[in-house]
Amino acid sequence: MNVAVAIHDVKQDAFVPASEAGPAPKRIVVGFGFWIFLLSDIVMFSVLFAAYAVLARATAGGPTGAQLFNQVNVAIQTAFLLVSSYTCGMMSLAISTRQRLNTYTFAFITFVLGAAFLYLEVHEFASMIARGAGPQRSAFLSAFFTVVGCHGLHVTAGLLWLVVMMAQVAIKGFRPAVDRRLLCFALFWHALDIIWVWLFTAVYLIGARL
Amino acid sequence: MTDIQYDRAPGDISISAKPDKMDLSDVGIYTIGLTLALILTATSFWVANTSLIWVPGISLGLAVLAIAQMGVHLVFFLHITSAPDNTNNVLALAFGVFIVFLVCAGSLWIMRDLNSNMTMPPELMNLHMQR
Repeated sequence: MNVAVAIHDVKQDAFVPASEAGPAPKRIVVGFGFWIFLLSDIVMFSVLFAAYAVLARATAGGPTGAQLFNQVNVAIQTAFLLVSSYTCGMMSLAISTRQRLNTYTFAFITFVLGAAFLYLEVHEFASMIARGAGPQRSAFLSAFFTVVGCHGLHVTAGLLWLVVMMAQVAIKGFRPAVDRRLLCFALFWHALDIIWVWLFTAVYLIGARL
Repeated sequence: MTDIQYDRAPGDISISAKPDKMDLSDVGIYTIGLTLALILTATSFWVANTSLIWVPGISLGLAVLAIAQMGVHLVFFLHITSAPDNTNNVLALAFGVFIVFLVCAGSLWIMRDLNSNMTMPPELMNLHMQR
């Protein structure tokens, strides 16, 4: 009897397990749902990566990765995206402490770095197409433009999203719904950086050695 | 009832209430992550261009560096931890990584076998992976 009482007392003080606590707060549900979306997005990218890896040598007599890729350009792009991920994290911290000015400042830096990344990518694509190395030249180049271009489209969508979010902060303020969307945006931006890590490693650095 | 253990949303550092100003330790987490990521990136570019490393090992080295940098991003930017409140996030991530591995490794494996089992006229060969 004594033992039973003791266990009962312990149970009262211990954590209530999630299964007995009722629905989780909406922020956690939304964040987890967006996490699942991001993982499915990464699975989609894995298919494009697999296609590139299989076709990387299929140059059909055209230019190879070693002839086309400019490593300095890629390194600058990497630095831009990495630092923009950092400033996006700073923006998240400013949001969690409700600092409007810091939120705008770090969002602006994130946007500028993302736009600079995108400019370098478009510039690279344009110069490749001008050299006759467009996506229709070989299976290797089709796969290259698909996987890198798909990441570029994601970055473009992220930049538009960031502008919309800053407008929402300005008009609606830090209300819970806006807060959740900003959480999702930060997740999206960091996930894009992870995909870029694999892009510069597999597509540019290893792809140039094949 | 104050200690209900909900999961943590991915990307959230902590659910607990924060002080009204930017927490220096939180900035520190991101700064450590940025520093590590920059070091790993620089190492990747060095490995790709150096002549000090055995050439067939370079691709493997680059893959290892990318995996390490992915881990840095997950821990310091996305705040994925091994804590109980992160179990669901980690399980979803593990499943995603599993599928990614199956798709990439499986494609390479199958296509290499196909190429080695098929004989084609030389002018068709360079439409496919050459090995």
